[in-house]
Amino acid sequence: MNRLQAFSLGLRSVMPLLLGVAPFGVIYGVVALQSGIPPLAAMAMSSIVFAGSAQFLLAQLVGAGAPLLLTAGAVGLVNLRHALYSASVAPVLAHLPRRWKLLLAYLLTDEAYAAAIPHLLAAAPPSRSSAGHWILFGSGFGLWAGWQVATLAGVLIGAQLPSNLGLDFALPLTFIAIVVPMVDSRALFAAALVAGAAAVALAALPYKVGLFIAALAGLVVGAALTRTAK
Amino acid sequence: MNLWWLMLACGGLTFGIRYSFIAAEGHYQPPPWFRRLLPFVPVAALTALTAPELLLVQGELILGGDNPRLWAGLVAIFVAALWRNTLLTIGCGFLALFALQRL
Repeated sequence: MNRLQAFSLGLRSVMPLLLGVAPFGVIYGVVALQSGIPPLAAMAMSSIVFAGSAQFLLAQLVGAGAPLLLTAGAVGLVNLRHALYSASVAPVLAHLPRRWKLLLAYLLTDEAYAAAIPHLLAAAPPSRSSAGHWILFGSGFGLWAGWQVATLAGVLIGAQLPSNLGLDFALPLTFIAIVVPMVDSRALFAAALVAGAAAVALAALPYKVGLFIAALAGLVVGAALTRTAK
Repeated sequence: MNLWWLMLACGGLTFGIRYSFIAAEGHYQPPPWFRRLLPFVPVAALTALTAPELLLVQGELILGGDNPRLWAGLVAIFVAALWRNTLLTIGCGFLALFALQRL
């Protein structure tokens, strides 16, 4: 696989997720303006922060006049799960020069990670010549571009856009399409079951902390089961 | 002005979280149990994102017939397990959702 093929594989893999992300981007643009954030700042936030649910939260907290430290802390908590993605892709990116690591870390969202990870794990072991990281660049860039366009549409056209078509359901459906084929052992099945159940049980916790705890619980159960199986 | 500082702080924090392990790789020796957790990240994290979308309706656990997203999601899981095809899974999931919403 050469660079162009890897890039377009990542781009194609993230397309179904864009279907679900686009409505969120539009709504974010609308919510940001309603919170009193100027259009230029609302747009810039999609580049500077570039994290869907954190941007919603940020817009709401700015609208409510929350103190700076509390707002930053809340945004950090919402994005805590990205540390898991960082740990997950770190070995695959270890051989890359720093500029690549900076770029791919900036682009590392739920959707970019989800779209690229099955291909990253299936690709040949990373080496200087391999193009595996271009898959992550493709999915990351695709999502970034889509998010900017959707935000712009929300800021410019705003509430006139239909945002309640049910297209957001593309997100869970695509995650299902990605996860289900990956579950090929008892340990992975248990990890999914525990993480899913815990996420539902802890959904009421503030700032999406429940998601992070649930994912951790899944990791621990999965690893514990592999250990006993050996 | 304050808003821009806030955005920069939140952007820096978000980037720092995403860069953390990528930057540290090669500079530290993680304990062996840490490496054993990593293969479970995709499945555990993405299932944690997905399960509440299917099972909760505005924060309430709804398992009955009045939660079409749950049943459409189960159709998608079934299709994904059988055919391992992304577009087919998404298509069947949406078809099931629209069909259930018309009932």
